[in-house]
Amino acid sequence: MSTTKVRRLGTDKPPTRVSRMMQNKWAGVAGLLIALLAPFVNATPYALSVMTSAAIFVMLAAGLNIVVGYCGLLDLGYVAFFAVGAYTSGVLSTRFDLPLLVTVPAVIVVTVIAGIVIGAPTLRLRSDYLAIVTLGFGEIIRITANNLDVTGGPSGIYGIPHLVGSPVIFYYVTVVVVSLAVLGAARLGRSRLGRAWRFVREDEDAAEAMGVHTYRVKLAAYIAGAVWGGLAGVLFASQLSAISPGSFTFLQSALVLMAVVLGGMGSMPGVVIGAVVISILPEILRGLADYRFLLFGILLIIVMLLRPQGLWPARSKEVS
Amino acid sequence: MTQLIWNGLFVGSFYALVALGYSMVYGIIKLLNFAHGDLYMLGAFVGFAILGAVGGVSPSMALPLLLVVLLATMVVTGLAGVALERIAYRPLRRAPRLSLLITAVGASFALEYGMRAVAGADPQVYPVRLGGTSMEFLGARLTLQQLVLMGVAVVLMIALNLLVTRTREGRAMRAIALDPRTSALMGINVNSVISRTFFVGSALAGAAGVMAGAYYGKIDFMMGFLIGLKAFTAAVIGGIGNIPGTMLGGLLLGLLESFGTYWLGGEWRDVFAFGVLILFLTVRPTGLLGERVTERV
Repeated sequence: MSTTKVRRLGTDKPPTRVSRMMQNKWAGVAGLLIALLAPFVNATPYALSVMTSAAIFVMLAAGLNIVVGYCGLLDLGYVAFFAVGAYTSGVLSTRFDLPLLVTVPAVIVVTVIAGIVIGAPTLRLRSDYLAIVTLGFGEIIRITANNLDVTGGPSGIYGIPHLVGSPVIFYYVTVVVVSLAVLGAARLGRSRLGRAWRFVREDEDAAEAMGVHTYRVKLAAYIAGAVWGGLAGVLFASQLSAISPGSFTFLQSALVLMAVVLGGMGSMPGVVIGAVVISILPEILRGLADYRFLLFGILLIIVMLLRPQGLWPARSKEVS
Repeated sequence: MTQLIWNGLFVGSFYALVALGYSMVYGIIKLLNFAHGDLYMLGAFVGFAILGAVGGVSPSMALPLLLVVLLATMVVTGLAGVALERIAYRPLRRAPRLSLLITAVGASFALEYGMRAVAGADPQVYPVRLGGTSMEFLGARLTLQQLVLMGVAVVLMIALNLLVTRTREGRAMRAIALDPRTSALMGINVNSVISRTFFVGSALAGAAGVMAGAYYGKIDFMMGFLIGLKAFTAAVIGGIGNIPGTMLGGLLLGLLESFGTYWLGGEWRDVFAFGVLILFLTVRPTGLLGERVTERV
């Protein structure tokens, strides 16, 4: 069995100049600076909305990176948590006239429950099962939102209050929240729990044998990912002030996964860049609209065949 | 009541046909072929293209023609399945499991949106429609066409079962499922047997696609997504990797859905099916006919 695990995710090749730059601790600061200065270059409403969406997408990718990248659990319905967050905060704020910020604790509680509901029964099974169950879960959430009255059915919820009035300020708020989320995820990845996650990813049986409680560790990754996704959902609801089931399809889940894979599973700087690329690229490639997802699919295969560790792989510090 | 059972069995035989390919591929190389549902979609479109090329058909000739088209489509989707395995899956057979799964997702995307680029995003109307006379049978309404389609499904399933249990080829498949390395040492050409498994599984999915197109009358590039999920559910219910179990699972899922729709309303049908999937995985992950396997380290 062990002989088949020849190629590990990352850590194989010596660092190149580019990847060393990526590992530099100032890379994050530089990225943040670029994000903060961007509105001074172009602050049209269109550009701002694209940039805000990109930032929210980065948060989604950071959350999925905890699940897929760190822990090696393939989640194909990640957007379900995004939807749960957006709908929880949307329903609460419009039904009870609450400001969005007040709904955040409720969102966290609900997403944790959602993570446990889907993770608890399936995380004991083989990881492939998890992949398809999460795919089904994503569909369940979308269809449920489509059929219930409280979620507004197919037309969704509108009139969700904005977090802050001005789009520019909202952009800055988003950037700050997302930066904290990315930083938090990165720090989690370096913590004791994060090491356990990577151990589980590399060899679950060995991890179990060494005394890692793999089930609990995997569930922790799952819940963390769910909370990240849910909070991104709150930002999303606030940005658009309207949500509908159409925003939470499998396509969205696949795009987030694409960002994580392209960026390099487990590598937070890589995933951030991957997410920015995936969210900005469609705006640039508008003319290729019909072929875009075809290209995405082919790219996914090619990346796996040629660079399974992603374009900006993680480099582990604990391997000699 | 009889109507519900009948509808369930009918839809269930589609599910079973698609699920068999899933189950065979999973049984032999332990890969969840996410693109399998899209091969079903491909089958529907290939059948559509062939029928379109043939031109106008008189209703009396519809059924025999459809059977010919069915065979031709099975060959095309079978080859597509082989190509898929060759390009996307074989190079990764020794890679970590996650890479393989992600490749499968990519393949599914490429097939869906490739078809969209070729055939357009709008649903296409099937040129041959098997509507028609219905008859009464034990208080249920059913059509001759339904009977024929179900008959074709049953024949295909029996043929598959014979192939797997009675032939040399089937024995080779079962040997590889047990232990690929030892099979190779025993002189089995593992790669070509896996290729042929993909061929058979994909051909069955393609057949189901044509039948669904002729029965429902409408096809679109996303039609494989949901049925892929359903077929997986069916395979899990029966016991993935187990051929008779998978057939049973397909029929059972059809019945469950039929009754679930009756009780809960049509809009909850898919939710119901996935709920059953999660329930099954929690309670009996090996399925009804699956054996308890202990993972070897």
